[in-house]
Parts: sequence; C-alpha cells; structure tokens
Amino acid sequence: MQGFRLLSPAVTARRLIGILLAINALLLGVGAVIVPSSAREQGKGVHVGLVFDIGGKNDKSFNEAAWRGLMRAQAELGVETRFIEPTEGSDRESALRTLATKKFDLIIGVGFIFGPDLERLARQFPDVKFAGIDYSPSEGVGTLPNLAGLRFREHEGSFLVGAIAGLVTRTKVVGFVGGMKIPLIHKFEVGYAAGVHRVCPACRVVAAYAGTEPKAFADPSLGQELAAAQYGQGADIIFHASGKTGDGVFAAARQRGARAIGVDSDQFDAAPCCVVTSMVKRVDVAVVDIVKDVIAGKFRGGIHELGLAEHGVGFVADERNRSMLPIDVVEKVNALAEQIIAGKIRVPSE
Amino acid sequence: MTQLLTTVFSLAFVAQVLRIAVPYALAAMGGAVTERSGVIDLALEAKLLFGAFAAAAVGHVTDSALLGLAGGIAAGVAVAAIQAGCALVLYADQVIIGIALNVIATAGTRFLLQILFHEGANSPPCPAYGDAVLTNPIVWLAVIATAVLPFALRRTRWGLRLRAAGDRPDALIAVGASPRRARFAAALVGGALAGAGGAQLSLAVGGFTADMSSSRGYIALVMVILAGWRPARAVLACLGVAAAEALSIAFQITDIAVPSELVGLLPYVTTLVVLMIVVARRPPASLGRV
Repeated sequence: MQGFRLLSPAVTARRLIGILLAINALLLGVGAVIVPSSAREQGKGVHVGLVFDIGGKNDKSFNEAAWRGLMRAQAELGVETRFIEPTEGSDRESALRTLATKKFDLIIGVGFIFGPDLERLARQFPDVKFAGIDYSPSEGVGTLPNLAGLRFREHEGSFLVGAIAGLVTRTKVVGFVGGMKIPLIHKFEVGYAAGVHRVCPACRVVAAYAGTEPKAFADPSLGQELAAAQYGQGADIIFHASGKTGDGVFAAARQRGARAIGVDSDQFDAAPCCVVTSMVKRVDVAVVDIVKDVIAGKFRGGIHELGLAEHGVGFVADERNRSMLPIDVVEKVNALAEQIIAGKIRVPSE
Repeated sequence: MTQLLTTVFSLAFVAQVLRIAVPYALAAMGGAVTERSGVIDLALEAKLLFGAFAAAAVGHVTDSALLGLAGGIAAGVAVAAIQAGCALVLYADQVIIGIALNVIATAGTRFLLQILFHEGANSPPCPAYGDAVLTNPIVWLAVIATAVLPFALRRTRWGLRLRAAGDRPDALIAVGASPRRARFAAALVGGALAGAGGAQLSLAVGGFTADMSSSRGYIALVMVILAGWRPARAVLACLGVAAAEALSIAFQITDIAVPSELVGLLPYVTTLVVLMIVVARRPPASLGRV
C-alpha cells in the first residue's frame, strides 16, 4: 500500500515481540535484586530470607520497617540474610519458592497479600519455616505448624493517635483516609474513631477509602483528593492508613499547612510542617523476634499478635515533632496506653 | 442529605472534578488523535506513567514545575515515537506494542527510580501544583486542547490528512501525501497530550509513586471509544468519570447510607449503559492496519 517492506510483516512483528520480551525480562530481572550479606555470633548458619510487598524496601513505611528488622537481626544475631523485591505481584510466589528451594531456615513474606502463597509453600516445604506479616489464614485453612502469622493490634495504636487527634483538633472534625477497604485497614479506622471519641465525645470523624483493590494503596492523586475533600469538610487533622496513597494526603496537608498523622513508620520527613505524629507498627520488632525464636528452636506456627503490651505498636513523640505535639497531650495519651495494657480500656477492632 | 447537596453544589467540588478529569481528559484526547490517524493506542497507560515519572524527575532536578511539565510531555512524545516506529516502520502488531509498552512502563519506571534515585517506589519530592486549579498550567493546557482539537481535526490540513490516514489512506496516497507521515505526526501530538496528563499526576502531588497511573490510561481509551473517537466528546465522557469519582468521595465523607463501592461502580456502569444506548460509531476504517 505504501512504503516498502524489508521483511514480511509477520517475521518482523515476531522479531519485535522477541526484542520487547527480552527487554522486559531484563527489566524485571534487574528489579528483583538479590543481595547477599555476611554473618556473626549465635545466629551463624541460620539463613533468613525476606520478600517485600509491592512498595519495596525503601517505601518509607511498612516494608522499610521489615527491612530494618532484617538488618538488625543480621547485625545483632549474625544470621545470614537475603531479600527479594518483586516488581510484579505475580513474582511473589516465585520469589518465595526460590528461597524455599535453597533450604532457607526462615522465609518471611511482608504483607497480607502473601497469605495464599505462604500457605501453599508451607505445605509443599514442611521443613522450611515461614512467617507472614499481617497474615490471616484463608477460608478453611487451619494452623500450619511451619507458618507463623505476625499480626499487630493496629487498633490499639490507632486508638492512641485518635486520642491525639481528638486532643489537638480545633474544629472538632477529624479525618481518616484508608487504602484498600479490607478488615485489616478497617481496624485502623475503628480504633482511631474510638480514641477520638474517648477524649472528645463531640468530635466528628469523617472517613474515606481509596478503593477495593490493591492499587488503592498506590494512588497518591486519589489520596490528595480524599484529603482535600475532608479538609474541605472542616477536618483539621487527618490520619491515613493507605500506603503510598498517603503521599497525596501529605501533599494536601503541606499545601494548606494543615495537620496529618503518619502510619507504620515515622513519616515526619514526608511533611515536616504537618505530620503531628505517626502510628508506628513495629514490623522490625516482629521480624527480630521471630528470627530469635527460630535460633532458639522455639518457633511455633499460628498467629502471633503484637499490641501495645508487646511494644508492637505505638506513636512517635520525639524532639522533631515536639512543637506540634504538646507534652501534656503526650502524657494524657501515655496514661491511656497504660490503661489499655492493664486491660482497663478495651479497644474495639471492628 | 443536605450536607451532600451543599458539598456537591460547591466550587470546591467543581474544582475537584476538574482536577480528577485532567489526566483522563489529556490521555483521552491523545488517544483520540492517535487512533483517528489509524494507529491503535493501547499505550496510553505507558505514556501516563512515563510522563508522570519524567515530570517528577525533571521537576526535582530543575526545581521547576514548568520544566517538569516539559519533561512529562517529552516522555509522552518519546513513548509515542517508539510506538509509532514499531507500528509504522517495523509493522509490528499494534495491540502487542501497546501491551508491551505498558508492561515496560511499570517495570521501567521502577528501574529508573532505582538507577537515578536509589529508591524502590518513590521519587524525591518535586515542586507541586497542589490542588489549585486556576494557577495550574496543565489544567489550562487541557482546556485549550479541548477547544482547539476538534477545530484542528476538522479544518486544518494536519487534521484533514490525519483523518484521511485513518479512514482512506489510499486517497491520501492518490494526492501524493504519505499516510505514514500523517500517522507519525498524530502519534507524536497524541503522546505529548498523554505525557502532559501523566505530568498532572505527579506534579499535583509533588512526586512520583510507582504505578501511580492506576489504570487511568485504559479508562481513557474506553472513553475514546465511547465518544466515537471525537476528542471533545471524549473529554465530556472523562468529566463524567471524574464527577462520579468525586461523588464517590463526597458520599463517603458525608456518611450517606449508600455503600461507597456502589458509587465507585458508577462510572463503569454509566459507561456500559451509554455504550448500549448510543448508536455505536464505527472506528476509523483502517485502524490498526498499515
């Protein structure tokens, strides 16, 4: 029709697809970096592998906390560590499998999304111990002796930052932005709202979620709009539990000089103007503890829950956020924390 | 209910709809222009994602949002050039090219994050337009493109040749013009528009996040088809999607007893219904054929 053809279209197309696939495979390969490291002390000879969730090890949040735990286990206990950052969701299982076939002693999957993969591999490799952060058993799956679920009572930590929000709000309206609408994230909202109402019964909590698919944790544009709408409704502080979607919440806060509360790790750096505190989930503590269990031969399958009493959750109060978080507020909230640990306050989770 | 109504009939709501619509609308206009010339444009997602990345990266390095926007546009053009090159010079299957580019965009932006910034999922911060509407040049770009594109397609030589390349390439050859050239020109303009849409994603927030395009490119392409490959109508369809998204936000924060998931479904259901009611317009006659 027009132009001339060097080769028949079918041959060229096939070759092109080949090239594109090769480029793609190369990119995926580079994405999944396997980094070895050295050993020391009582954990010598124990191999711990860790597979990150979509955010990757530098997500300034959940995955990064897991990574800190792994690095601490390596430095303090001398275990051999390896980690894999899968680029695509479908690579998660093959990453776990790679480590399992290499006879690692403990393999950790970071994130609830690893659940079904961990269950399948735990059955296939009964000699390998597995641990899943935020793991909850799938329908019909009981306790597997070589699979530990490391879970957090996020509602307890959320209760405390809720109390902070309730104490520092001036408009009596506080916001919550959730990522994917699942029971795990709902726990944050329920605990938060309970904390707000404990110290400020007249306060209103406006809550919104970014969606019902995993991508709801990676949509900062939508997070920005959710936060803009809540600040527009009169909220003057917003707690987010939405992964990277929260970047949009911080962007909205920065622009207005409004206040926000971070999640999982200390997120002060995301918006030093505005992040009053963060609800920290000590994934690092959970990782170090489970590695210690393996070394001591005390590993047991089933759910391990970490709450305030186990230092598994908490909030940030240090020099950096002191100007936004008055000392009397911290004292009141610490008193609430003690009551929760003592069992005098029961924090709802659903 | 009154709370919902006061929310919906407020200036802030209108501004929010506009902001949400901009990436969709720019991508859809880009897709409409490209496809009208006869090139299947499944790579909108890749242009959004690379556009968002380049805008954040350039914005970070130069500390200028405007230069970031230029970077986003350039990235969109670059992706379009690869796409058009594979389709029009190497005669590869256009659907496969689109899918391949989208996959490369997901992994490639992560790869570049790692190489350039040693980060797994985030770029360092860049200047942000935030949620201001009137001072955001990308919003203006979208408005101007919406006004100019239909006219350009209908009245200018560029538009005439572009449409001829999509519908009657033989007629174009008969007058001594090259369909390939018209298609290249269309694809590059389309890439620029989609790249600008990507720039809005990262420059509004002030940073790039892996996978932040969140399937917006695919939805934009559906709106192009829904609008019968007419750019202004595609923008209208995108405004509809954005309004439904904003409504779903409003429903959530005003505590109306309607599940927000239901409202979230609204754009897709609306699309399906409209597709069934509106008499389907046929695609450009030689779409995907070289």
